[in-house]
Formats: sequence, C-alpha cells, structure tokens
Amino acid sequence: MKTPVQFRLNGEEVAAFAESGANLLDVLRESVGDLSVKGGCWQGTCGTCTVLVDGAPRLSCITLAESCAGKSIETAGGLRRGAELHPLQSAFMERFAAQCGYCTPGMLMAAKALLDRNPNPSREEVVDAICGNICRCTGYEPIIAAVLDAARGDSRRRA
Amino acid sequence: MLELRKDIFADERDDNLKEVGKPTQRQDMLGHVTGTSAYYDDHRFANLLHLKILRSPHAHARIRSIDDAAAARAPGVKRIIRGADVPVNLNTLLSLIQFGKDDEPSLATDVVRYKGEPVVAVVATSERAALEALALIRVSYEPLPAVFDVEEALKPGAVSVNAAYPKNTFEYYNKYDHQKLRFGDADAAFAQADIVLDERYQMSPIEHAPTETNGSIAVPDTNGRFIVYTSTQALFFSLDTAAKINAMPSNQLHFIGGTVGGGFGGKVDTLTEPLAILAARLTGAPVRHRLSRHEEMQFGSPRGGERIYIKDGIMRDGRIIARKVRAYFDSGAYTRLSSYAAVKCAAHIPGPYTIPNVSADVYCVYTNRTPATAMRGFGVTALDFGLECQMDKGAVAVGMDPLEYRMLNAYRDGDMKAHRREAKNCALIECAQVAAEKASWPLRDEFRRMSSRTGGGVQRAGGGADRTRAPAPAPAPATRPAPVTPQRVSYERPAAAPAQSAPPPPPRTPSPPPAVQPAGSTHGAPRFSSVFGTRRR
Amino acid sequence: MSVTVKTFAKLADAAGALSSERNARFLAGGTLVMRALNEADPAIETVVRSTDPSFVNIAVSSGRIELGAGVTMAAILAERDLAFLHPVARAVGGPAVREAATVGGNLFAPSPYGDFAAALLALDATVTLAGSLGQREAPLEEFLGRRERNTSLVASVAFKRPAADAFRFVKVTRVHPKGVSVLSISAQLPLASGRLAGARIAYGAMARTPVRAKAAERALEGRGLDAAGIAAAVAVAADGTSPVDDAIASAWWRREILPVHLRRLLLGAGHA
Repeated sequence: MKTPVQFRLNGEEVAAFAESGANLLDVLRESVGDLSVKGGCWQGTCGTCTVLVDGAPRLSCITLAESCAGKSIETAGGLRRGAELHPLQSAFMERFAAQCGYCTPGMLMAAKALLDRNPNPSREEVVDAICGNICRCTGYEPIIAAVLDAARGDSRRRA
Repeated sequence: MLELRKDIFADERDDNLKEVGKPTQRQDMLGHVTGTSAYYDDHRFANLLHLKILRSPHAHARIRSIDDAAAARAPGVKRIIRGADVPVNLNTLLSLIQFGKDDEPSLATDVVRYKGEPVVAVVATSERAALEALALIRVSYEPLPAVFDVEEALKPGAVSVNAAYPKNTFEYYNKYDHQKLRFGDADAAFAQADIVLDERYQMSPIEHAPTETNGSIAVPDTNGRFIVYTSTQALFFSLDTAAKINAMPSNQLHFIGGTVGGGFGGKVDTLTEPLAILAARLTGAPVRHRLSRHEEMQFGSPRGGERIYIKDGIMRDGRIIARKVRAYFDSGAYTRLSSYAAVKCAAHIPGPYTIPNVSADVYCVYTNRTPATAMRGFGVTALDFGLECQMDKGAVAVGMDPLEYRMLNAYRDGDMKAHRREAKNCALIECAQVAAEKASWPLRDEFRRMSSRTGGGVQRAGGGADRTRAPAPAPAPATRPAPVTPQRVSYERPAAAPAQSAPPPPPRTPSPPPAVQPAGSTHGAPRFSSVFGTRRR
Repeated sequence: MSVTVKTFAKLADAAGALSSERNARFLAGGTLVMRALNEADPAIETVVRSTDPSFVNIAVSSGRIELGAGVTMAAILAERDLAFLHPVARAVGGPAVREAATVGGNLFAPSPYGDFAAALLALDATVTLAGSLGQREAPLEEFLGRRERNTSLVASVAFKRPAADAFRFVKVTRVHPKGVSVLSISAQLPLASGRLAGARIAYGAMARTPVRAKAAERALEGRGLDAAGIAAAVAVAADGTSPVDDAIASAWWRREILPVHLRRLLLGAGHA
C-alpha cells in the first residue's frame, strides 16, 4: 500500500509515493532519488544516514517517512550553493576528514546541526555532536578539527 | 606534520621526493564531501529485484530437507535459488592462483558448517517481500557436534569441519599440514639459556564493520553480458570468481567498482556478486544482493582469532638465543584467505630481531565458526602483538629497558635471518633512537651510538655465554639454477664462510625439511612467490 | 504483507486502535519500532501513532512533573526546569537518537537500554495508561514487572520533583560520550538534618528491567552520606539484581563494579 509523502528537500518541494511504513532513508534514495544520503545499518546505530528535519539531526533509517510530511529536510547533497562549497565541506577537504567517504554525508549533517545552533562550539561540544556517527577510517580527529575550523571560519569557500 | 629525517643513512639516500612528505588531496574528496561519490548502490533501476538469503542457525548440522514451496508462491517472489542451481557450487578465492582446494559452496546443500552459512536465496520485488518469503522456508536440520577451539580441532578424533580438509588443517602443496620454519636448534639453545619465557597469546576474531556493508547489483546488459556494480576491494578477483561460479566466460562480465565504503580486507571474498549475477541470469532483471548489518557481522568474514605460543630463551645480558613459536589461525569453516595468513605469519617470525635458533610451526585450522579472511595486515598484526608483548616481558625478566632490549636484539645488516636471507637495509635501531628522542625516553650512551650498519654478520660483542650462531646453511646444490624472477631483483648471495671466531657447539640439528617444495606448480604468477615460498623454479 | 499506519489526533482513539487492531504496535520515536519494520518483523501489521498534543506535553508545577510519553530526550534537554534530568537524557544515544527517543519508548527498551526508565523508577514515578476502559494510573515498578504483557498505551509519566540536588545519576559505559550501558545508577537522596530519609536507588542493566535496590535503600535510612554511613548500603548493593552476560559485559563484571560505582555516586565523586 502506497502513501503520498510531500516535504521540502534542500529547499525544493518534493513528493513521492512511499510504501506504508517506509523509512525516510529509503524514500529519499529510492523514490526521490537523493543518493547523497547513505545507509549503514538500518537499525539506528551507526549515524551514517543522518539528515536534518526542521533543523534537528535525525536518523533517516528509523524515521517514518510519512511523519515528515510538510517538514523541511536537508541532506549533504544540498549543502553547496552552485560551485560554492559550504564551509564544512571545504574544511573537511582541507583537513582530510574523509577516506572512504561513506560516513561523510552523515557527519556533515551532524556537524551542520551543531553549527546552525551553536556557531562557536567547544571541542567537547563537537565531539558530542558527532558521537552518534561512526567512522571506521579516520579516527575522528581530522573530522573534529574540520568542524572547529569551519566554526572559526578558517576555511574559505571554494569549489 | 610529517618530518623526513634525511640525516639518517644520509650517504645512502637519493630521495629528493616530489610526492612523499607533501600532502596530496584525494581525487575523490570533492565527491565525498558533496555526497556524489558513487558507491555500488548509488545506481537506480526501475525493476530492481532484491536477493535475500536464508542462513543456517546451527554451527554444524546436516540438512535433511528444504521445503520452499510456500516461499515460491509468496507475493513478490520471482525466484528461489538452491545450491543445485549454482553452476559451480564449490570454490575458494585463491583457486584463481591455484592455491588451495575448492571448499566453500555458494549455497549449502547437504551440510552447514557455521552459523550464518547461506542455504537458500530468495529473489523478490522488494526487500520486505524477500524477507517475508524467507520466513516461509522450512529447513529440517540434524545438528552435529561442533568444534570452536583451534587446538581442540587438531586433537585426534575431533569433529571434522571441512570436507576438503578432513583433518581440520589447510594442506600446503597437498602434503603439509602446517608452515614450518627451522633455523639452528631451538631446543638445545633453551637448555643453555639463563631464562626461559613461555607465554600464550590469544586474539578474538575482529570484524571489519565498514560503514558500507558488502553488496552488489548485477544488471543484464546486451548480448548476454552483465554489468555488476560492487563494493569489492578486489575487482578482478571478484570478476574471475563470479565468472567461475557462474561457469561463464569472464568477458561476459563488466565489473564496476572503485568506490568502497570501507574495506579493510573484508570486501575481497566476493560474497555477494556470484549469486546476484546468477539471480539476474535466472530472472532477466537487475538484482541487488546487499548484506544487512547483522549479516555483515555474522556472515561477513572477520580476521580470524589467532592463538600464538611464544617461547624465548634469553641470556642474562639480554640476548635472545632461541625463539620457538607455535601459531594457530582460526580459519572458521572455510579457507577464504586464512591459508595465506599462515604463510605471512611464518614469513614474519621471529620479528625484526636476530635470533640464532628459531623454530616455528604455523597452522591454518578449521573450526565451526564464521570463515575468516584478510584484515589489515592479517597474519602479521596479531603475531606482532604477541612478539612485542613477549619482548616487553623479556625486558622485565632480564631487568633491562624495553627499548634497549629491542635494540640489543635488533637485526643488523649482514645478519643471517631465520629464513636464510641476509638482512639488508635494517633500520630498527635508528627508528628506536628517533622514537626515544621524540618521547624523551632516556637511552644509555651505548644505545644512542648503536647503528644497524655495524655489529651484524659477526659474533656480537658482549659478555656471557656464546651467542649460539646458526650453522651455515648447507651449500646450495650445484644443480640448482640461479633464480629467474623478471619482476624482482634477487637478493640471493653465494654461500659465504660465516665469520665466527669460535665454532658453534654441536647442536642436535635434525635435518630440517626443505623450506618449501615447489610441487610442479603451473602457475604463471611469480609475484606470488611469498605464497609459494620460493623463487626457484 | 504491507503494514498499515494509522495516525490518530486523540490519544484515546490511538489506545483503542492498539487494542483492537491485529498485531498493532505504537510508534513514538521509532528507535525500536522502525528497526523492527525495517527487518520485516511479522509481529507488526498495524502501526499506531498519535498527534495528540498532550502526548508531547511537559507540565512542570512546583511539586509535580508530568511528561507526555512522547516527550523526547531532546525536549527534556531543552527544558531548563528539568535540569536535574539532563544528565540522564544526555546519556541516551547521540544527538539524532535524542531527537527521536521518547520517555514512553524508554520504558519498553530492553536491557541494557532503558536508563531513563531507571531514573524514573528512582523518582517513584507513576505511569498513566490509556486503554479501552479509559485512563488509569499505575506505579512504574508494577508496570515494568509486567510490561511484556502490556496492551495499554502509556500516555504519560508523573513524579514529584525531587529536592534540590537530591537526584544523582551515573551511566557506566565503555564508549564515551555515548555507548550502551554496562550499568546505570539513579538515586534520589533526600536529606533531613544531614540524614537520609526515603532514599531511592534504581539500576539499569542489572536485571531484565530497571530495578530498585531496596536492600541498599533500607541500609541508607537515617544514615549520613559519608563513608561510614554508606558502608552498609554498598555491602548489599547487588542484592535483588540479576544481571546477565551480554555483548557489553558479563554478569560477573556488572556485579563486581556495581558497588564501586554506587559508592562513588553516594559520596558525590561519580561522573554524571
């Protein structure tokens, strides 16, 4: 049984017919076609699928898609403005904060959720902000450094 | 930041390097931060089918019967795949280089040998439909006794795990049940040692747990070909393995990979592609075979747990005169890459130290656990953990600084290694010195003056009993041809008279078995000489 | 085959559907139910939700606090009047989990999860259940004892505001800042003239559900919060617990470290 779901994705209105009970991750990837969101566990334990729903970080794999009707969703695919990268994206590049890159979209959104609410976080606050996102490659330090750089405005926007 | 110490070995260096020492951006970094790097699953297909596997709940059991009739009729199910449907239902990854027997089925037919082993595949129009159909399959099992411990598995009368290797050990060259290294006479040396340190080290299996699980999508292309998007780390291994299992020519497969969401060795076993391709052939539709997180933990290979016994004979002045290693690699129920792990382990013993009497026996053992495979230096990393713990304990036993203890025993240029190769370009001493400097770790003057380039190849200075040097290796038979290895420079040297001031005491040297037998191998892959153990043809 | 999702504006209607629909399960935050749906759990055919504002309401009066079962950990962290509960809410998952995890959901979280429920137990909370026969209250302890057989909808929980600085909490975990509990301890330690009166201690991950440490509570009655005063309680810290071996820790380990952490918490040296 399919249910219509309509919401704003990265500023644009989108609509899809979702299988009843479907999670937001699968709807974004399979129905809407936003492949920037990645899935790691479908259990709500790894954080890879993190998106923002009305500014709050959410695990899209355990979010009921139809509960997002009318809401504003942000994903990593919507971070850059044309050729201009978001400061977090530039900072991640400069700090080598990605290796395999699979956790990166979720990390970026978790970091954005922090900086949107707290533009000047301490290191502890950055650690707490990403503590729900597992990275198997970097050991987290480059990611923490990148988020702090972005907060300090240390990284220039560039394509 | 990276610091290159060009003052060390300055006269040997020619390294005005353009890339090393300078940061270089990853070519895929922009893709990663914009979420546009394409992993295997970032491809959409309108009529994609989903493959899910029914797995054994038992560590060891006979399959009496499988009833999949209800599942076949379930809504959304397009096809059920059984072992009999798989064209070549027995394989081992390294058969591609003729190393090991085919031992692992893609789908079990008569026996299951580990919890999580695949038994039946369901292909359906949605994940949910496939999962619901799995629940309708009835398999009747007769549980069998199981073995989970490597040493238990080697006892007479132990449960036999793997039909291709009934004695629970991998067979090297169809003859040897373990890897063996002998140099000098360790047992005689233990009798002369001041201190004997005998320890046991045990590792747990470690799961790679990449954030992206193993998976692939097989898509029918034109003219009987298939495009396969895959998470594999080993594109050509996977292509050839999938071709073999599907009994298709490899030129009918087009594998597209390259972006791996974390591998660490856990994405070389080609766990999903063969059945995805078979399902695509049988249904005519694109098929995705994606491991769930639970499957990645249970069925995806870990690095096998290793059990390592290390016995050192140490003199009071700190010299290690004997080292005996007995190591067991828990391969789980099937070989995957564990056969190679044991070879690498044997090649690494006794570590970067000059020890005149070395004995090692390394086993690749089968148990009823999830089959183990490569992971980040497998074969060597656990051994190094054991060796270095052993070095720390040895230092305590002789009352010596642990860094100095290592430097005393370190390889030096010209030393004869246990594998009968002369040590060259050694640098452990210099590494230790720089590490000590960085950590403000005090070293005695004598150790600060040490060099890898002096003191090797001859009887080491230092009081106490003679350092029992290994006898010179038997002169190479005249009939042995010079090694011909187009890809490698030979480091072989003609047998030289060992520079010893005193003849070694006559040890009981049992004639060691030949290092390795090149058993008429027809392989064309000289670069795998580490696997085959010899570069002599 | 397909699940049906039914959303009700009124909590009472949601409660009704929970009883009347086949294989119905209530969806609050989704940390438990969505995972089950993703795994095609056949035990769920109908998913029941509610948009009733009372479900997410936080009512704080001078003496009493009532939390709708749909109140999330993030909502608690945003409420200054609930500062004493912030260490507990902060210990539930990472930021994204806290946006979803609810008070009500935590009551059903299987051990070793459920630390917020353990805190509520130490606060002597009652649950308000909405069933087919209307609403009724039950002590949380009684509810937890039979939660597997529960068919009612938890509408809210309520408890008396503890005395200032009387509530303490520690979560013992290997992975910081968030990780599954080895164990947790919640304690309400009201003092009258320097002597404990009516202390409450509850443990997470020390039994099938959160449990009260009644032997330790009795041993604290009338004592002071000093080394001598707490000694008897620490000695019986593990009485009434039945920890299990799981992937996080063994039962033996949990029993070994419990008195150590209880002692630190009571002496005020524990980390929140």
